[in-house]
Amino acid sequence: MTDEHAGRRLLDAEGVASAEKRLVDGLRREFRGGEEVFLAGIPTRGVTLANRLARALGDEGVACGLGMVDISMHRDDLGMREGVSVLRGTELPLDLDRWTVVLIDDVQHTGRTARAAIEAVLGFGRPRRILYAVLADRGGHELPVRPDVTGVALEVGDRVRVSVRLMEIDGKEGIFES
Amino acid sequence: MKWMRKDLLALSDLTAEEILFILDTAEGFKDVGRRRLKKVPSLRGKTLVNLFVEASTRTRTSFELAAVRLSADVVNITAGASSLSKGESLKDTAKNLEALAADLIVLRHSAAGASQFLAERLHAGVINAGDGSHEHPTQGLLDVFTIRERLGRIEGVKVGIVGDIRFSRVARSDIQALIKLGAEVTLIGPPTLVPREFGRLGVRLTDRLDDVLGELDVVNLLRIQHERQKAGYFPGTGEYASLFGLNAARAARLKEGALVMHPGPIHRGVELDGSVADGPRSVILDQVTNGLAVRMAVLYLCGSVPLKEEE
Repeated sequence: MTDEHAGRRLLDAEGVASAEKRLVDGLRREFRGGEEVFLAGIPTRGVTLANRLARALGDEGVACGLGMVDISMHRDDLGMREGVSVLRGTELPLDLDRWTVVLIDDVQHTGRTARAAIEAVLGFGRPRRILYAVLADRGGHELPVRPDVTGVALEVGDRVRVSVRLMEIDGKEGIFES
Repeated sequence: MKWMRKDLLALSDLTAEEILFILDTAEGFKDVGRRRLKKVPSLRGKTLVNLFVEASTRTRTSFELAAVRLSADVVNITAGASSLSKGESLKDTAKNLEALAADLIVLRHSAAGASQFLAERLHAGVINAGDGSHEHPTQGLLDVFTIRERLGRIEGVKVGIVGDIRFSRVARSDIQALIKLGAEVTLIGPPTLVPREFGRLGVRLTDRLDDVLGELDVVNLLRIQHERQKAGYFPGTGEYASLFGLNAARAARLKEGALVMHPGPIHRGVELDGSVADGPRSVILDQVTNGLAVRMAVLYLCGSVPLKEEE
């Protein structure tokens, strides 16, 4: 990763940790007893977050399945972007209909990613329900899609690009404006 | 890397990295075939024209199904049923298709270079589905995909391509893909059908199948392209079968785990005996399944690159 996000820091490592804590607490409140929960990260950083959340929820006695949802084939801006990126693969349970699927992403912006992810999951089956959790909601929604659980709400201008950086991928931790 | 091409014309144009990019993308699309809903919306609203100026059923069907699974709208045009049979030029036909806002054109044509001719003149993406004896890039891709899937690698794999190399676009595309990905290729057939110039590509040539059979990891058998041969290039199918046909006795001498491939349609009893085609080493039906995934990947990639506006 080059340091293209040299902009203002919106949240430091401690802030990210408390946002994560709020996600864990929020998800626990959402879960009904007897539900089988599958955390599906949206690449790239959503997958890392899903890993962290699965560990944290496991520590609190909530066992979760863990996988990912690649939205590439479901994007609504194919043909509008320069070049096509490689597929990351989708890992969901084969018996999807039994599960509650939690889609996990780092930043909620327009809502188009979440829409594509919902459609991708529905291509595999009919889960009991789908929840949507994000570390940071930065506003600027363009679709009627809202997270069920949010780690932190950020107030930033429409044109600002918000980047989450996570230790496992980026070697540093925080949320930045760029 | 990112995929930047609107056309797929020949594997000789691609880098090893681009070929692997397509294979990796195809893995993702193979998964789509296992879903309950075997369809993704990637090319929703786009129009694909299957323009088959030369007869083909399996390739056209494979492209059509690939496009349908990507949610594209598909129009099929075959030579006999179009104005091409009334003398309209290929360029005029294609311009008309573009005027109807086709986004992708899949072209099968008997003339080498036909797809490039179109690609240079059209804004739509052009996919070569076989141009004369030149190339058949999606066949080359699905062959290396199948080898990688079965053997776990391509580098260092010993591949024998047997038969009518001279007139085979499949052989040309296979050779390009295999060499770029580091396989060791041997071309096997009667000298009249295995031109010496191929040696320059870094492949080995021989007219003795029995000498090399035991060392091959993959045997890819090609059909004799009677439709392209204007002169007698070999004495007869009986002699060809006895020298180059993969029969049960020869198949028994193959290495443990060696794969038998064929692009189809098979002439059973000529290049390949029925018992071997249907036997445990045969991956011929895998090739068909993988062909669908590879074509989905190619259409997805070329169809997702922004088209340039009219200059």
